Amino acid sequence: MKNKLSSFVVIIFLSFCFVVFYKGLNNPNTYSPKIKDKKNIPIFEAKDFNSNSYLNSEKIFEEDIFYIINIWASWCVPCRTEHPLLMGLSKNQSVKLIGLNYRDNLNNAKKFINKFGNPYSQIIIDEDGTLSVEFGAFGVPETFIIDKNKKIIKKIVGPINKEIVEEIKLIIK
Amino acid sequence: MKILKIFMILFLFISFPHLKSDEKNDEFKSKVLKNIRCLICQGQSVYDSESDFAFSIKLIVNRKINEGLKEEQIYEYLREKYGDWVIYDPGLNKNTYFLWLLPLLLFLFGGAIIYKKTITNKINKT
Repeated sequence: MKNKLSSFVVIIFLSFCFVVFYKGLNNPNTYSPKIKDKKNIPIFEAKDFNSNSYLNSEKIFEEDIFYIINIWASWCVPCRTEHPLLMGLSKNQSVKLIGLNYRDNLNNAKKFINKFGNPYSQIIIDEDGTLSVEFGAFGVPETFIIDKNKKIIKKIVGPINKEIVEEIKLIIK
Repeated sequence: MKILKIFMILFLFISFPHLKSDEKNDEFKSKVLKNIRCLICQGQSVYDSESDFAFSIKLIVNRKINEGLKEEQIYEYLREKYGDWVIYDPGLNKNTYFLWLLPLLLFLFGGAIIYKKTITNKINKT
């Protein structure tokens, strides 16, 4: 009886370990924080890409429409793949795209925009990456959808694709 | 010459406490940074990492320390941005009860087995 109980306990323990490790194998080894609740956009001041003057967040998000914040850099290869999709999104009247240029060389960034087109209604500069941290980002490219109440309702880590664009279009409809 | 010496001694007296306070500040900063996980690295803290993300977090932590925020307030700020995962030392909440209580339960379970065995051995001996 005692032996049976010990074997049962060992089997249960090993099964538990197996399930934990098996689940662990299926999990991606990169972490991406999820947005549980709608978060307010951070209050910040940032340098404008074109005029070099400082703008505050209230001024940037002053209109009563949806906004998309896209974190990009000229050195970021995936940013190039998503750029045509952003160009397409920029034609949508119910949303404004704000570009956040992440730790970039200004000349290279300008060349990038001249070469691939400018989908952004405004570009702000994040020289040291701290503004991206305020948004809860940890790399490039990342995209945030902001609703009319100025709350972040969706976060996309990595380049956007056609499915994501369709999803965005449904949200901003 | 004597005046110069006195001046030098006074200068050193004034300078050293300042250096000591910087040292204390650096120690605190290192302690905080060692407890923050670099989210884009494999098993590295922000303190050990040279990544862009770590660079930005180091700047933010420095800024928050200068603003006078306490250790827990800095962690709370980062938790709000990135979730509990960003801090190496997880706090006790509904998601971490199991993590915190499991060692204690195992300890009690093991203790109970040892106690039971000792009692049984004593009874068998007598």
